[in-house]
Amino acid sequence: MQGSTSYNLAFAAAICVVCAIVVSSSAVSLKDRQGTNAALDMHRNVLVAAGLAAEDEELGAEETEERFARIRRVVINLETGGEAPDIDPGTFDYRRAAADPATSRRAPENPSLVQRLANHAVVYRVENEAGALETLVLPVEGYGLWGTLHGFLALDADLTTIKGLTFYEHKETPGLGGEVDNPRWKALWKGRRAFDDQLNPEITVIKGSAGPPSQDPYRVDGLSGATMTSRGVTNLLHFWLGENGFGPYLERLRQKGDIT
Amino acid sequence: MASKTREALVDPLFNNNPIALQVLGICSALAVTTKMDTAVVMSAAVFAVLTLSNFFVSALRNQIPTNIRIIVQLTIIASLVIVADQILKAYVYEISKQLSVFVGLIITNCIIMGRAEAFAMQNPPFESLVDGMGNALGYSLILVVTAFLREFFGSGSLFGVTVMAKVTEGGWYEPNAFMLLSPAAFFIIGLFIWLLRTWKPEQVEAD
Repeated sequence: MQGSTSYNLAFAAAICVVCAIVVSSSAVSLKDRQGTNAALDMHRNVLVAAGLAAEDEELGAEETEERFARIRRVVINLETGGEAPDIDPGTFDYRRAAADPATSRRAPENPSLVQRLANHAVVYRVENEAGALETLVLPVEGYGLWGTLHGFLALDADLTTIKGLTFYEHKETPGLGGEVDNPRWKALWKGRRAFDDQLNPEITVIKGSAGPPSQDPYRVDGLSGATMTSRGVTNLLHFWLGENGFGPYLERLRQKGDIT
Repeated sequence: MASKTREALVDPLFNNNPIALQVLGICSALAVTTKMDTAVVMSAAVFAVLTLSNFFVSALRNQIPTNIRIIVQLTIIASLVIVADQILKAYVYEISKQLSVFVGLIITNCIIMGRAEAFAMQNPPFESLVDGMGNALGYSLILVVTAFLREFFGSGSLFGVTVMAKVTEGGWYEPNAFMLLSPAAFFIIGLFIWLLRTWKPEQVEAD
C-alpha cells in the first residue's frame, strides 16, 4: 500500500539493494583498469621526477614501461639504510607494509603527521651502463592541509642537488594548494640543494619568492594562498631526508662513495 | 519534436540557465574551469548524471513514497555519480585526478537534485530525460565559456595546446594569472549574467 510505513521501508530497501549492486559491480569490473592506470601513473611520476620524461610529454603505456625499465628498484631497510634483497620491489607495497603492525613501527612524532613507518621502502635508482648512480628517486609523503601528499623527490648523484619533486596524489585545494602540481612551480625545484654543508636537510618552501638556485639554493617560492600546503611540503622533505626517513640510506651511499 | 520537449531542451541554455538564472552549481563552475579539458570532462559527467537521474527519478515517480522522496532521489544520484567517477578513473585517469573531489561533489550539485525535485517528479521519463539534457547543456555552456576565457587569458592555451606563446616560454604573451584564481570565474559568470539580462531583461528580478 502506497504511503504505509511498510511500503516506505520496502521501497527504500529495494532502492538500496539495486543501487548497491550497480555501484559495486561497476567498482569491481573497473578495478583492474584503474589499478593499471594507477601503476602507470606512478611509474610516469617516477620518470618525470627523475627527468626521464618531460612534464607535458604524452607517454603511452608501452613507452612508459620501456623507460621505466631503465630504473632499478631497490628495497631498503629504512632503519639501517641497508638493502633488503629478499623483498621483491615489484610487489612491495609501501602503504600496505606501513599499515601492517608486523612490518612497520610507530613513527616518532613529526610535523608531517606520518603515523607509521614501514620497516622497508622502495627507492628508484637511475644508473648508467657501468651501474653508477645518476639519479636517486625517493618516495615521500606527509600531511598538507587536507590530507597526505604522496610524491617523489629526485636527487642528483651528489645526493644533494634536487632534480625534481612531483606529487602523484594529494587532496589539496585545486587552484591553491593543488598548485603543487603546477609544472612552473615544480620547475623551481630543479638545481636547489636539499642539504646544507653539515648535511642537515635545509630546503624550505618560503613565503614569497626565492632567488634563482645559484644564489638562493635552499629556498623555494611559496604557493600563494596555500601556506599550510607549503609548510607541509617543507616538513615532509625534512622528515624523509632526515634520520627517520632516508637519512641512514643516504649516509651509506655517501660512505660507500657511491656518489660522484 | 513536441514543443514542450523542445522547450525543455533549449530553455535552460539562455532563458532559464541553471547557473546564470537559477544560480545553482556555482561551486564546481569555479573549481574546474581553469582548463578546457577539465571543464569538458566535468560537463560530460554532469550531463550523464543529470540525464540519467532525471530519467530514473521520473520513471519511479509514481512509486517513490512522498515522505522519503528526497533521500530516494539522493540515493539514485549518488549511485550514478559514483559510477561516473569510477568510469572516469578507469578511462581518463589524468583528468579524473585533476577533477579530484569535484566529480564526487556532483552529488551535492543543486542543479541535479533541483531538476529531480522540480521536473522529474512531475513529468514522464522522456521529457525528464530531455530536461536533464537541456539543463546539463546549460551548465556546460557556462563551464566551457568560462574555461575558454580562463585558459586562454590565464595560460595562453586551449586544451593544453599553446595558442599564445607565454613570456616565460620565450613568447610575447604575459599571462593574466588572475584568470587562474577562483575569483576570475565569479567575474566571468557575473559578466555572463549581466550580458544575458541585458539581452533578456525579463530575467531581471524586481527590486
